Amino acid sequence: MYRYDSFDRDFVRNRVAQFRQQVERRIDGSLTEEEFKPLRLMNGLYLQLHAYMLRVAIPYGTLDSRQMRRLAHIAERWDKGYGHFTTRQNVQFNWPRLKDVPDILDALADVEMHAIQTSGNCVRNVTADHFAGAAADEIADPRPTAELLRQWSTDHPEFAFLPRKFKIAVSGSPVDRAVTRAHDIGIRIVRIADGELGYEVAVGGGLGRTPVIGSVIRKCLPEADLLPYVESVLQVYNAIGRRDNKFKARIKFTVGEHGIEAFRDRVEERFRLQRKAFGGADRALLERIRAMFAAPAYVQAPTGGFDAALARDPVFRSFVDTNLHPHRNPDYAIVTVSLKAHGATPGDATADQMRVIADLAERYGHDEIRISHEQNCVLPHVHRRDVPAVHAALREAGLATANVGLASDIIACPGLDYCNLATARSIPIAQGIARRMKERGDEREVGDLKIRISGCVNACGHHHVGHIGILGLDRAGVENYQITLGGDGTDTAALGERTGPAFPAEDVVPAVDRLIDTYLELRSDDDEAFLATYRRVGMQPFKAALYPDSASTAGS
Amino acid sequence: MARAFRPCVLTANDLFDGAVVYLDPDGAWTRRPGAARLLEDEAEANRRLAAAAREDAIVDPYLAEAVPASDGRPKAVHVREALRATGPSNYDHGKQAGS
Repeated sequence: MYRYDSFDRDFVRNRVAQFRQQVERRIDGSLTEEEFKPLRLMNGLYLQLHAYMLRVAIPYGTLDSRQMRRLAHIAERWDKGYGHFTTRQNVQFNWPRLKDVPDILDALADVEMHAIQTSGNCVRNVTADHFAGAAADEIADPRPTAELLRQWSTDHPEFAFLPRKFKIAVSGSPVDRAVTRAHDIGIRIVRIADGELGYEVAVGGGLGRTPVIGSVIRKCLPEADLLPYVESVLQVYNAIGRRDNKFKARIKFTVGEHGIEAFRDRVEERFRLQRKAFGGADRALLERIRAMFAAPAYVQAPTGGFDAALARDPVFRSFVDTNLHPHRNPDYAIVTVSLKAHGATPGDATADQMRVIADLAERYGHDEIRISHEQNCVLPHVHRRDVPAVHAALREAGLATANVGLASDIIACPGLDYCNLATARSIPIAQGIARRMKERGDEREVGDLKIRISGCVNACGHHHVGHIGILGLDRAGVENYQITLGGDGTDTAALGERTGPAFPAEDVVPAVDRLIDTYLELRSDDDEAFLATYRRVGMQPFKAALYPDSASTAGS
Repeated sequence: MARAFRPCVLTANDLFDGAVVYLDPDGAWTRRPGAARLLEDEAEANRRLAAAAREDAIVDPYLAEAVPASDGRPKAVHVREALRATGPSNYDHGKQAGS
């Protein structure tokens, strides 16, 4: 993985020292809240409903055991013993005290981590496929590209004050696990002519109150042109993006208002100039970065213990079924550690759980950990012979829930339990659905089903791209939930369609129950997944199941 | 037309730990929602709010609608304020931890 050089180290330490002074000046009254707020936000410190919240970047979701242990230490020493992993592959601490935050940031800097650019109208943490560098179907590891973009965008003087925040995701596989089409810029590594690698670049995707699937602006961008091209996109956006209305300021509106063709023309015009300005330093840097992401030294050993455990142990078998994914080395597996035990808060891990994951990564996983946007942890490189031992250790720590990709593997934002922007709670809805799935006992039979819950229109819980999406709203001070169906965040991206009138909180779990029953009745065979059935039969039968008393099928 | 004034409490977050605080009848900040002062006069509420905005040890003061509960203490009207008064529903980490 990437290691800081002395420039990176000094930069991060200096920022912590600056922030320490700013916090002191706030506490002694030299700075007002109005003066201090932009400074704390620049360092990832938000004020939420009950406390401050510190958002720490995990670049492209990659961590090692040392970093994970440091997160555990921070959770214990300065927070309430846990951290919350988010859909942007970040980690959030929900209860830090203002005076402790500089110490927390110093503790992070010790392990090459920080909270810079996790807020504000700048380029945010660059995300990537959580199976990067490991997936069997991968064309190339997206992380060197993501790291190049991270370095380029960190403290970039021209892009410190964009019209609005800016999110970039990179995928290196034909299967899009990074939701690239829902990002301001979504980058997919593709093969171009003669086995050369290049990028498909999409712009103007985003969820939020106006969800848009990104448009491809360049089908095959040569690898060498990445930074000048992305810089050109940002320059055009910075110049013509709206600043009069916060709700129309993301690049999706710029692309929408000008049209993708006109936007592309402007970008290409800039690009002709930018390309000359870069002069190859970026390519040399990419090569240096790439060397740091070399594949681990794979162990060559028989996988015998794996097959024996599989034959012997049904619990292990069901874990393997859902939580393992094919690795590019056939003797290895990608192991996903579910942070979605039925009834738990999606994405939360206690300090002890973090340490278990760190220990397993160190002992069996070439010291690599990933955080997925689906709010799970991943051990990307586990030799198959070690999977039974990993599973046994996870079981002991309450981390062996075998539900990855199933109905209880729910994405949920913090919602109104924590978030200042939220209009309704997400967590209790997720807990209720997961508990119900356990009661039903048929989630394996139900199969692939992505339920996504957001507690407001900003859509941090990705509800628009959930097979079942749930959006919590405020109706005269009471929580109310809209349901959408048919969303898809992968390479066949689609936005969900609203079923009709919203439901009060207590009716959401029964509604999801009816949707699942309807799907089981309608699917053509056991292999037809929820999304495929929905695409085949359409909204009508699901609507009939949700609103049995309604003669009309009109929306609200 | 502006919405008619309704009784409310004056609330904010504490500068040091972000905890939810309320103005009490003595003009001090309390962490106990039940000890908050119910402000029933619009001019008084606005005066208190303006004064709070100049205070340094609290952040983001605002007026939150409330009604008197059966015991006479102010009770939140909106679910958001009810959650601020108790803490998050997934863990007893908020005010409910101390009650």
